Amino acid sequence: MPKLTIDGVEIEVAPGTSVLQACEQLGIEVPRFCYHERLSVPANCRMCLVEVERMPKPAASCALPVGEGMVVKTNTPNVHKARKGVMEFLLINHPLDCPICDQGGECDLQDQAVSYGYDRGRFEENKRTVSDKYMGPLIKTYMTRCIQCTRCIRFVDEIAGVPALGGLARGEHLEITPALEAGVNSEMSGNLVDVCPVGALTSKPYSFNARPWELRKTESIDVMDAVGSNIRIDARGGEVLRVLPRLNEDVNEEWISDKTRYAIDGLKRQRLDRPYVRGADGKLKPATWAEAFAAIKAKVDGVAGSKIAGVAGDLVDVESTVALKDLLNALGSQNLDCRQDGASFDASNRAGYIFNTGIAGIENADVVLLIGTNPRWEAPLVNSRIRKTYLTGKLKKVAVIGQNIDLTYPTEWLGNSGSVLTDLANGTHAFAETLRNAKNPLIILGAGALRRGDGPAVQAAARKLAEAVGAVREDWNGFNVLHLAAGRVGALDAGFLPGAGGRDLGGILSGAQKGEIEVVYLLGADEIEGDRFGKAFVIYQGHHGDRGAHRADVILPGAAYTEKNATYVNTEGRVQQARLATFPLGEAREDWKVLRALSAELGQTLPYDTLGQLRQRMVALNPVFGALDRLVPAAWGPFGTEGAVADAHFTSPVENFYMTDPISRASQTMADCTEAFLKPALAAAAAE
Amino acid sequence: MSAAHSHGPAVAEPTSFEFTVENIELAKRIIAKYPEGRQQSAVMPLLDLAQRQCGGWLPKVAIDYVAHYLDIAPIRALEVASFYTMYNLKPVGKHFVQVCTTTPCWLRGSDEVLHACEKKLGIKPGQTTADGQFTVIEVECLGACVNAPMMQIGDDFYEDLTAETTEKILDALARGEKPATGPQNGRIRACPSGGPTTLTESAIKAGVKPAGQA
Repeated sequence: MPKLTIDGVEIEVAPGTSVLQACEQLGIEVPRFCYHERLSVPANCRMCLVEVERMPKPAASCALPVGEGMVVKTNTPNVHKARKGVMEFLLINHPLDCPICDQGGECDLQDQAVSYGYDRGRFEENKRTVSDKYMGPLIKTYMTRCIQCTRCIRFVDEIAGVPALGGLARGEHLEITPALEAGVNSEMSGNLVDVCPVGALTSKPYSFNARPWELRKTESIDVMDAVGSNIRIDARGGEVLRVLPRLNEDVNEEWISDKTRYAIDGLKRQRLDRPYVRGADGKLKPATWAEAFAAIKAKVDGVAGSKIAGVAGDLVDVESTVALKDLLNALGSQNLDCRQDGASFDASNRAGYIFNTGIAGIENADVVLLIGTNPRWEAPLVNSRIRKTYLTGKLKKVAVIGQNIDLTYPTEWLGNSGSVLTDLANGTHAFAETLRNAKNPLIILGAGALRRGDGPAVQAAARKLAEAVGAVREDWNGFNVLHLAAGRVGALDAGFLPGAGGRDLGGILSGAQKGEIEVVYLLGADEIEGDRFGKAFVIYQGHHGDRGAHRADVILPGAAYTEKNATYVNTEGRVQQARLATFPLGEAREDWKVLRALSAELGQTLPYDTLGQLRQRMVALNPVFGALDRLVPAAWGPFGTEGAVADAHFTSPVENFYMTDPISRASQTMADCTEAFLKPALAAAAAE
Repeated sequence: MSAAHSHGPAVAEPTSFEFTVENIELAKRIIAKYPEGRQQSAVMPLLDLAQRQCGGWLPKVAIDYVAHYLDIAPIRALEVASFYTMYNLKPVGKHFVQVCTTTPCWLRGSDEVLHACEKKLGIKPGQTTADGQFTVIEVECLGACVNAPMMQIGDDFYEDLTAETTEKILDALARGEKPATGPQNGRIRACPSGGPTTLTESAIKAGVKPAGQA
């Protein structure tokens, strides 16, 4: 471990650390533009110059590995002069348009020019201008502001895995240029806005909306996929203006997917802001809460519990799921299901339905097997972890059973049929040997693999495979289920599943057709066609006028994920709390409060009056809800049902990355992305 | 894309490109010079090969072809092709005349050479003659300062030029001849312009008149 002295302080760091990183460990600020801790180091901005004893010139600290006995000075007149010089050069071609620039107030160049620059420049010639480039509906460009740090090129190349940007020509003529006219077609492209240290790449939907100091910042959790990305919600008044990533090394590092970042304009459209009751003429009419509750009471009273059913949707929080479960159980119903996609699997063992390895754990894997999943669309951040591990060279092989698609890293396609999984589990497939020889084999079972009808058998085959190849050990659990819905694992943990003698989703729907189910309570469940409920009385509680609300007889307006203090459990089983950033719209209320009020109306008052009491009830129901923000390893045990895996193809359920839930379906930005990125691909596929 | 090295006649962008059989052989030999898995290092010689096959310039399809040939992203090859000025991204004439106008050549009369080209061919630097035979551009130092002024046509250097010798060379090329390359004033390679000043005896043996001797 080399020891060096920085500004008179001695520090010992790991070999290979750069001087800049060593400075950071000491809390010494070193200005930089091109250096980004998650990207390769080009050392081309020269802003991080420091003085090193016995070196003839100031050195770029980001690219200088520490050496034994090095004496570094970051705060000498020479360093200041060098940095000022660099800054003066950077500002030669940078326009002085901060007042009209969207980056103003949160701009690295602005901040560092104040801290490290001269207060005037000596450059009197003309500044260069650069034509703007089209980068799709998400990223607005103003390329004259570009300081050519090349962070964007490195980001798309290394993290996103889509080499869509390049620096063309040289010197003063260098321009960052997209490779294709279609823009940057990546589900991670929104991060370019964060990566860009200046106002060259800014958010198109957010452009000219607000200044950072006007925004109320709330740290929360994303629900657009089951990753549970840590986000910061920036709101002004009652409006969510943007979503930014929050650092969490274990989950999303510092990235978020485009859907997480840009689907928020869907929160302003198609919203349910007051209760509705379907009148005698078959039309939904606005109603008061009292009227809506009365309509429910009139229907539910006298209906046997066995004829009542509840379905929890994709975006539900644990609080409301538990409240609905308690309410329905109190009414005598055991007909509960949270798998509105019709997936069937054995949820008796927690290890059988969570991502046991953990997202950060992917980095320890050396062979990955993907079954029936397209992580690129189902969980872009899981995919970027796999890519990250691949780039380090640790990940030797990724094999795919399912659709053969570009996942931004090389994959070996084993086939599409269920028989491949059977062969692997029986050890008769050649790839089983590769898995067996791997140190840390990782198996990811996608949501698509569990919704084919033979889910329990697929689950059992995958378990058998995992056990056979040594993927489940004391120190390693390589069996993983990648869910799609943010609310799914939480609902499974809460036991929102058919109770003793209860019906699952298929049973509920067929019962509804036959008239055996008379009341269906949809808690944000929007993925089921309305006509499948037959003549049942449908209560929909949720925030968007989507499929569920269209079919509903009574609509109870709830809160979207930005509008409530709620608990979500991500696909790893990590319990995280989202926080209220804006209040629910109009007459809408936080979901658990709606259920609590309804329970009193129905004479089955739920035994909690505050969020705190409800959370105590959650922990009593399942202690995992008490372990916030950390992973509790699930005990391994048998799960799934041994059986024949059908030959049918494995397909990913996500057909359009940009529209997977009521919020993103209502979003104009997501519609624009579909138009810009998916339509051309679909048209090309159709033409072939 | 940079305007710095875009010149040339209106030649339609080809829609496809493939190495000829001979060039595939060459390309294989070039790639074999680099370690296994480092084939992308061959991007520059392969771009040059493609440029030669395309008649002195690199159409987009050729750049993409080279990128695919080396298994790199097309944009990476385009970055290289747009960085180096010796790759032409626009079509050029059959004879690509590069007149050096950097200080040593300029002091020795490169203006004259350039004017001679302009007058003879009727085009300005950066333009191509209507028949597609000649393209003239000004370039920075080509490293033959000792024989200034000079110009490069295709792969050949023509040195120690005057307006007359420049015109002669261009005339000869227009007639389809191949004029002698190197110094055009009788000097042998980079000898002192008046003849050798040292080692005069061996120079005489070699048939060269030392400086100061008639």
